[in-house]
Amino acid sequence: MELRNAILKNLDKNSKISVSDLADMLGSSADEIAAEIRAMEEENVICGYPTLIDWDKTNIEKVTALIEVKVQPKRGVGFEDVAERIYKFDEVEYVYLMSADYDLMVIVEGKTMREVATFVSSKLAPMESVLSTATHFVLKKYKEHGLALVEDKKDERELILP
Amino acid sequence: MRDPLNKVIKEIKPSGIRKFFDIVQEMKDVISLGVGEPDFDTPWHIREEGIYSLEKGRTHYTSNAGLVALKNEIANYLERRCNITYDPASEIMVTIGGSEAIDVALRAMADPGDEILIPTPSYVSYLPCTQLIGAVPVTIDLKEENEFRLTPEELLEKITDKTKILILPFPNNPTGAVMRREDLEKIAKVIIEKDLFVISDEIYSELTYGGVSHVSIASLPGMKERTVTINGFSKAYAMTGWRLGYACAPAVILKQMIKIHQFAIMCAPTTSQYAAVEALKNGDSDVDEMREVYDQRRKYLIAAFRRMGIECFEPMGAFYVFPNIKKFGMTSDDFAMKLLEEERVAVIPGTAFGDCGEGFLRISYAYSIENLKAAMERIERFVKRHQ
Repeated sequence: MELRNAILKNLDKNSKISVSDLADMLGSSADEIAAEIRAMEEENVICGYPTLIDWDKTNIEKVTALIEVKVQPKRGVGFEDVAERIYKFDEVEYVYLMSADYDLMVIVEGKTMREVATFVSSKLAPMESVLSTATHFVLKKYKEHGLALVEDKKDERELILP
Repeated sequence: MRDPLNKVIKEIKPSGIRKFFDIVQEMKDVISLGVGEPDFDTPWHIREEGIYSLEKGRTHYTSNAGLVALKNEIANYLERRCNITYDPASEIMVTIGGSEAIDVALRAMADPGDEILIPTPSYVSYLPCTQLIGAVPVTIDLKEENEFRLTPEELLEKITDKTKILILPFPNNPTGAVMRREDLEKIAKVIIEKDLFVISDEIYSELTYGGVSHVSIASLPGMKERTVTINGFSKAYAMTGWRLGYACAPAVILKQMIKIHQFAIMCAPTTSQYAAVEALKNGDSDVDEMREVYDQRRKYLIAAFRRMGIECFEPMGAFYVFPNIKKFGMTSDDFAMKLLEEERVAVIPGTAFGDCGEGFLRISYAYSIENLKAAMERIERFVKRHQ
C-alpha cells in the first residue's frame, strides 16, 4: 500500500514520469512498478492521464462555468439518477454532490458563453428533477490541480553554496 | 600606512568553493548540484505569518534571547522530537541561523590555546571560527568504511590535555552521515571520562531517511550539562533566507553566549521569529512532505551512481550524496573542474570540506528529479569518457 501511495503521489504531480525513474526513486524495480500501475488501472484507481493545459495561451476558445443545481432527489436512487443524466453530456467536465445550499455542482466547458447558456437553458434547466440553476462564469484561472498557472518560477538560489 | 588588518584573519584561507563559484557564474547552461539549501520555498502559511507580523507593526527588537513564544515552542519541539527538556527562560536562545550559534558557542567556551576537535569532512565554518578566537582546531578524519561516522577510537586518538570541545556535525554536510544511538553512546562515554564538552550542530536533524532517526547527544545520560545543541529553521522548513536558528545549553554556558549575542547582534530578526513560531506550531506536515521528496531523490541518485559503476555509500541524512571518485585517478578538484568544463555540471569537490574529502564529491539533491535526471545523463557521459 505504501508503494502504491508513493506511485500515485508522483503520478498525480507528473503522469509522464517514467517507470524506471519511479523504480529508482522508490527503491523498487521497474517490473514491480509497472505491475502496480497496471493493477491500479484495472481497479480504476487510476482512471486516466489528462494533461494540465493553460488554454488561455492557445488560440482555442474556451469558457468554463460553475453551475449550482438544486434538484429533487428520487426515492430509491437519491441523487444518482439525476447526476448520471447530467454527467453524460459531453460539455460537462465535473459533477459533485455538495453539502449546504444546493445539491450538485456542475462544471461545464464550452466554446462561448452563448454555448454554455444554451446548454443550461435547453438541456439542464428543463430536466424534470432540476428545481433551479445558478450559473457562474470563470473569468480567470489562477491555479489548477495544485499548480499556479500565472507564475513563472525561477531558481533564485546562488549556484554554489557550502 | 600601517597594516589595517588583523593577523589571524589574514591567515585564514577563503572558502575553497569560491573559485568554482566565479567560473560557474560566467557559464551558460550549467546544471548546478552545488547548493546546500532546500529548493522548496518556505511553506506559504509560514511566510504569511511573517507578512502578518509586519502588517501588525511588529517591527521592533525582541529581547536578546528571542521571543518568549518562540522559545516556548522550541522547548516543546525539542521535547517532542529530540527527547530533551530545556528551560525556555534560561537554556534557549534564538540566533541568526545555526551559523551564529556555532560562533557564539565557541567564543563563550574556548580560551586561546584550547584544542577544538573537528571531525571532517564537515561544514566550512567550524575551522575559521575556531581560529578567529585563537583556539586550535584539531581535525579528525572520518572514514568511508565507517560511513563517515565518528568512532570512539578516532576521538581518543586526538584527545590531549588541551582538548576542550568536540564539534559534532551530524547529520553531516557534506557526507550525509548520521550517528546512531549506539555510536553516540560510545562517544558520550569518552566525553564524560575525559571531561570534555560538545557543540552538536543538528541543523539537518529533521532530514533522515530509511527508518533512521536523529538522536541528540544531549538526550543521553550525563550529556545535557556538557552539550550545546544547535539547530534552526533553514533546512527543516526551507527558511534559509530568514536567517534563524537557536542554541540550547546549560544556563551557565547560555548566559555567556547571550552576552556575546547581545553585544554583537542584539537580537535575531523579529519577522523571522514570528514566522518561526508558526513553523513549529503547524509545520510538521510540511517537513514530512519535503522529507519524502528528498528521500526519493536520494534513492534516485544512489541508483544512478551505482549503475554508472561509481561507489557511493548510502547516506541516511541531510540532502547530499558523497560518491567516491578515486578510481578515475583525478583529484576531486580536477574531476569537478573537468566535469564543469566538459559537461557543465557543477558539483563541489570533497576537499572543500576538509583535506580528507579528497577522492569524493558532494552532490546536493536539493533539486527536482527532472534536474537531477538531466545532470545524471551528463555525468554518465563524462564518466564513460574518462573510464
